[in-house]
This record gives sequence, C-alpha cells and structure tokens, in this order.
Amino acid sequence: MKNFGFSLSKDRQIDFDKSDKRIMDFVKIEEPTFNICIACGTCTATCSAGNFTEMNLRKMITLIKRGEITGVRAELSKCMLCGKCSLACPRGVNTRNVIFKINQALEKYSL
Amino acid sequence: MNRKRVIVIGGGIAGMESAANLASMGYDVTLFEKSQELGGHLLGWEKLFPTMRMGKDVVKFLDKGVHLAKVNIVKNSNITNASKNGNLFTVSCGDGAKYESEALVLATGYDIFDAKRKEEYGYGIYDNVITSAELEEIFLSGKPLLTTKGEIPKRVGIVHCVGSRDEKVGNVYCSKVCCVTAVKQSIEIKEKIPDSNVFCFYMDLRMFGMHFETLYKQAQEKHAVNFIRGRLSEACENMDGSLLVKVEDTLAGKPLRMSVDILVLMVGMVPSEGTKKIGTMLGMNFGANGFLKSQDQHTMTSISNIPGAFFAGCCGSPRTINNVFADARSAAMMTASYLEAYDIEERITYI
Ligand code: SF4
Ligand code: SF4
Ligand code: SF4
Repeated sequence: MKNFGFSLSKDRQIDFDKSDKRIMDFVKIEEPTFNICIACGTCTATCSAGNFTEMNLRKMITLIKRGEITGVRAELSKCMLCGKCSLACPRGVNTRNVIFKINQALEKYSL
Repeated sequence: MNRKRVIVIGGGIAGMESAANLASMGYDVTLFEKSQELGGHLLGWEKLFPTMRMGKDVVKFLDKGVHLAKVNIVKNSNITNASKNGNLFTVSCGDGAKYESEALVLATGYDIFDAKRKEEYGYGIYDNVITSAELEEIFLSGKPLLTTKGEIPKRVGIVHCVGSRDEKVGNVYCSKVCCVTAVKQSIEIKEKIPDSNVFCFYMDLRMFGMHFETLYKQAQEKHAVNFIRGRLSEACENMDGSLLVKVEDTLAGKPLRMSVDILVLMVGMVPSEGTKKIGTMLGMNFGANGFLKSQDQHTMTSISNIPGAFFAGCCGSPRTINNVFADARSAAMMTASYLEAYDIEERITYI
C-alpha cells in the first residue's frame, strides 16, 4: 500500500464497558482496603522506586479500577516491596498487600 | 397585653424554627406557607445524611415547635404584597386579608435547579436520566428503583454539581449538600440493589460536615461505591435505553466512556421564586448569586438592609439542615433583639 505519511492514532479513551476488570475484581476481594483509596498520592510521593522510575502506585490503583491493565506488570516490577507506602497512607490502605495481590492476579490470569 | 407581632414568610425548616423560637419568647407570630402543608423541601426527603435518620422525624420536631408555642399559621397563602410603612410591615394575601407586624422574617428557601437547562446531560430527553430529588421520591414511595423498561439497574451513574459551579448555567457557587447527598444515595442504592455498581462522577468531594468523611469511607468500604474524578461532558442514549457517559478520568489522565442503566443528576439549589418575589417587594438587597444579602458576611448574618426585616435558611445561601436550624435560631434572636431595641448596627465601626 502506498504510504501517504499518515498513521492511525491509537485510541486513548478508556472504554469502561470493554476494559479488563479481572485484576480489580481479584484484589477487591483479597485485600478490601483497595476500595478505600482516595487517590491522594501520598504513597507515590514517598515511594522509593518512584523517585527514580515511572512507578506510580496511586495511578496504578486508579488504572486497575478502570480496567486499564497494560503495563501493570512492567511497572510493578520496579517496586521493591519496601512498604514505605503502607506507612504513609492516610486512609489505611494496606498498599503492600495490594501490590502482592496485584502480582498474584497477574500470575493467575497470565497477564 | 399588647404583644409585638412578627410575620414569618415560608413554612420550611427555617420559617418553622424561627417562628417557634420567636413565639416561645412571647411574640405574636404568624407563619405563612404557600402550600397546604408545613415542612417545605424536607417533606420530599426520606432519610437524612449523615445519620440516615428519617426526615419525617425532623418534620415532627418542627411541627411540635410551632404548635406548642402557638404560632398562628396561614396555609395556602398567596402573598400579593409585602411592604414596610413607617415602623410597620404589611402583608396582603390574595383572599383580601391583610396582616401587620413590627418585624418580619423571610424564610422563602430555595428552588431545585431545573436539570433541563443542562441539556447535554439529557434530562427530559432520555428516559433513564433522573434527578436526586426524584430518586428521593422513589425511596420515599417505597417503590423499587427500576429502569423505564422495568429492569433492575446493574450500573448507576451519579453526576455531581449539576447546576452548581458552572458558569454555563450562570451558577458559580457550590450548593454544599449534593456531594454528601450523592454519597448517601449511593449507599441507599447499594443497600437496595447489592449487585449493582454505582459510580459517582465528581470534581471535588466536599465532605465538610463532621461525619461526612466517615459516610464517604463507609460508601467505599462497605458498599464498594466507585468515585471517578471528572466532570461529565455529555450523556447520550444507547439503542437499549442505557446511557453512554463521557468524562475525563482526571486521575488516570484519560478520557473515559461507560454505559450506565440509570443516571442520577445531583441538582443544586437556586434562589427560589418566592425569595425573588417577596424580597423584591420589600426592597431587600440580593447578592451576586441571587440569594439574599446580609449587612455583613461575617458579623451581620440574617440581618437585611431593611430595619426590622431578617432572613433565615436557604434564601440566604445553600445550607444543610443543621446549618438551617442554627441560622433560624440566630435570625429569631436578631429579630427579638431588634424588637427589644438593641441596636446591633451601632457596633459596625467600619462603615
Ligand atoms: S512498597 Fe513499592 S510502591 Fe510502596 S513505597 Fe516501596 S517501592 Fe514504592
Ligand atoms: S496513599 Fe493510600 S489513599 Fe493515598 S493514593 Fe496511596 S493508597 Fe490511595
Ligand atoms: S456540594 Fe459537591 S456536588 Fe454539590 S455543588 Fe458542591 S462540589 Fe458540587
């Protein structure tokens, strides 16, 4: 095909009706404090990994809740499980266990 | 005995509570209500945030207040004129009756924002778009919440700030009660339909009241209500009658669309027609948002520009029920001190 120099832009929109909620459903049951996150970002601000990499737990939690899960595995691999985020969270989210459970879901569904 | 008279206009919470307080202090109080029943908007509310107690309990408390203190009640009143002549207020009604008093309290409340004006949300166009007030009517009637096809909704969307914080509709202020109402109603939906998913679309969650934050946490923790930060740009109808909403999930930084079976609009408060009408007849000052204006925002609340005329409740600004109670009692106090010749105005040193 002739190349006219155009390309199709990938749709950035989250289509909630079609997105993949498997990780969310799993973590919600396994670690219910996942539900009470208020997306304040304290965890991300204190995150040891976040200062050097793209690791952003606040955003990851939000995206998983929307069923946007591409890239979760790669991002999570940067976490050192140091647990600083759990100490800082003002809402009492057991963030370290949330991370464990996300990992388990990734294994369970081979994502 | 020649008792001083007070006219109170508006038989909602503010009017009933200020009338009861003034009458219990010994004044001859006449309360005017345009409908056939006292209680105002509270009559349309089943349970109240944040405690979930019944609205009708509060109506009973107010009723007892006006009856024990022997307030004269004029229902179905159609006020055609209200004015101040010399030191006396005169109120005329459609049936020819005339009333006089030495002081007056305006408690004409708010109207609910007409959701049709926010056309892009489809109220009045699509069947399954309802308002928070209509949802409350359903709760009050004891009927189940169903789509217009008679199905149990699987997904319910709740839109915050409809008619508030929106220059497009001319209302720049926050209506104060709707964030926590959204939380309350989402809990109630989940209690009635545990399998449903509820999504609140908000700009900020304004949980300012003492127990509001707890209620919010309860909605997340116990009922798994979902909160998505972002203001709806529009809703449109799918073939099956469900609604497609578009929003930016501002925490994810991406546009998002989803279908919901029922969309509930959290309609805000606007200055009532009654407030505009009677406030104008009396020559009262209105603020930039169309609510009544006090002589000073901090120190002269409830006190209008007309000596002897006071106001209480949501004709002054959007308020929660407990704020209206406090305001009504404060307006009663200011009215009484005026009648006892206490000159609060002399304390104003900065005008
Ligand atoms: S446990 Fe992971 S996400 Fe939490 S602060 Fe440590 S590195 Fe960051
Ligand atoms: S600190 Fe806690 S509440 Fe805040 S974003 Fe992180 S997990 Fe959520
Ligand atoms: S209380 Fe909440 S929903 Fe209501 S206008 Fe204010 S911010 Fe919007």
